[in-house]
Amino acid sequence: MLTFTIRRLILSIPTLLFISLVIFLLLQLAPGDPMAQVPLTVPPEVKQKMREALGLGQPLHVQYYKWMVQFFWIEPQVLFDHWFGTTFAEGKQRVISWQTRSPVMDIVVQRMPQTLWVVGLSYIVGILIALPIGIYSAYRQYSVFDQTGTFITMIGFSIPPFFTGPLLIVLFSVQLGWLPSIYDTTLVVTDWATFKLQFFQMIMPVMVLALQTTAQLSRYMRSSMLDNLGQDYVRTARAKGLREGVVVMVHVLRNSMIPVITVIALGVPAIFGGAIITENVFKVNGIGQLLLTALFANDIPMVMTLTFIFAILIVLFNLIADVLYGVLDPRIRYD
Amino acid sequence: MTDQATDPLAALKDKEPSKPPRSQWIDVWEQLKHHKGALFGGGFLIFITLAVIFGPYIWQVDPQALDIRNRDMRPIYVALWDGNAKVGWFRPLGTDNLGRDILANLIAGGRASMAVGWAAMILALVIGTGVGVVAGYFKKADFWLMRLTDLVLSLPILPLLLVAVTLFREPLRASFGPEGGMFILIVSVVGLTSWMQTARIVRGDILALKEREFILAARSIGTTPGKIIRRHLLPNVVSPIMVSATLGLATAIITESALSFLGVGFPSDFPTWGKLLADAVQRMEQYPERVVLPGILISLTVLGVNYLGDGLRDALDPRIRGR
Repeated sequence: MLTFTIRRLILSIPTLLFISLVIFLLLQLAPGDPMAQVPLTVPPEVKQKMREALGLGQPLHVQYYKWMVQFFWIEPQVLFDHWFGTTFAEGKQRVISWQTRSPVMDIVVQRMPQTLWVVGLSYIVGILIALPIGIYSAYRQYSVFDQTGTFITMIGFSIPPFFTGPLLIVLFSVQLGWLPSIYDTTLVVTDWATFKLQFFQMIMPVMVLALQTTAQLSRYMRSSMLDNLGQDYVRTARAKGLREGVVVMVHVLRNSMIPVITVIALGVPAIFGGAIITENVFKVNGIGQLLLTALFANDIPMVMTLTFIFAILIVLFNLIADVLYGVLDPRIRYD
Repeated sequence: MTDQATDPLAALKDKEPSKPPRSQWIDVWEQLKHHKGALFGGGFLIFITLAVIFGPYIWQVDPQALDIRNRDMRPIYVALWDGNAKVGWFRPLGTDNLGRDILANLIAGGRASMAVGWAAMILALVIGTGVGVVAGYFKKADFWLMRLTDLVLSLPILPLLLVAVTLFREPLRASFGPEGGMFILIVSVVGLTSWMQTARIVRGDILALKEREFILAARSIGTTPGKIIRRHLLPNVVSPIMVSATLGLATAIITESALSFLGVGFPSDFPTWGKLLADAVQRMEQYPERVVLPGILISLTVLGVNYLGDGLRDALDPRIRGR
């Protein structure tokens, strides 16, 4: 198992390099000019100097190499310095945002907690709702519960988050006035009252994201349970007199969880992508919203770094899914 | 019974088929008829497609026409509970803040959304089937094409879509006009990023089919690879392709609406369902119908397409069919 994990880890390096090259070339081919906002009165030779100051004068491969050095070598040093108080990264050039002229990673670190809270919590809530629904509707296949569950998950699958979001805002913020429609990120949880505020403002974004997760996962859980319920070992377990609860919740559930857990791992990057829309609806200033503003402001280094962070997430969770699959199911060993 | 016993040769004769052979598609239709969700879904999809194609000929109101005197009208059904509401039968679904007719806008928006959805789906299908067939049939191409598929699968799709659309908007607009350029851009980026699942499924099926006897027979009489693919392989992978087509249509419609919602889609005077929804969000307290109507249309269309795909998957699977 360890050799497999190591081999997969090594294989993911060319994948990541390829993705970074695709993103880099896409951004370079794009005709956007960071000097477009500079007044026309600035003479062209000064503009050329400004361009060179941004590192734009050099040929493509030099720019790509420099970005890689900054991202893979200098930024980890900064992180190391931050943790252990060393000074490895002193005076070295970091990835600088064109918008704010400050290091991109500093801004990302500021924005990350909001996204992680909303996305992570919604994923956990989604899983906690989806699994029982999937188990019960498989156990009582074609019952009223199953049919309703299928219908509701189909709806949850089909209604896009940019529609459920405004719908919930109209219902709960405008008509009923129970929940705030805008996520206040300056709120610091110190006592019970602020905790309640934080809880209330998180309900809607979390539920919108959780709806998508729930719809998908409960379908997987149901079909996986159905596959296992018809197997011979289930009949054996019942025949030797095990209680029904033990048969379903221990024997069948454990076997059915194997594919579902990989689906859970594979779904994490997708939900980060979905958070771009949800963050925009509820004005959460997480990394999705950061990506949007950076795009509109033509802030190439910021866009490049953020897109690459999304790519790392995808590759990482693909790897986790593969490894988990081997760990959970001894029949499937890759080595 | 007695004649058979007396005439042993009768047992050796071929029995006449009791009924004429039926084509596969009649069987599929028979099975699909039992799936109520699929029937409703397919029916709604046909209805909405016809409505957006022929709607402008029936409801002949220019969606761009400004009518400042009649702006901010409510839909006609608001009169049921609010007698003072500004309603009128000549604007059955109301008007927006510039007096543009909402019904006409919804029809025009549906045209754009459905056109983008169909075009992107077809593009993704063509690429996906092509890659899948080549990878499955030609062993040399298999490794590299599948590595490429894996790599594209691990690209962050939504961020990349946003990047591509924002960055390439201007040059395409300049060369193909604001609407045409945006249409080409959105269709191509959505198509180029959603072909991977089709390619994988088609490749798997082709790999299995390639080993069957009828392919061997075709090859033994000297059929060229191109003809084997067209005559023998492609007709056999039509069913998985159709299922992924329905899923592709649903994703394409949602992606286009999401891009419009985030403000990187079509130009502001060109309505699509996502655009209408996004524009109405600012004033949704006073005029909730402007958010709800396009939202419901998107959701119902996608729901219908998903149900149709669900039913098709069951109907096209010969192991389930007939049960």
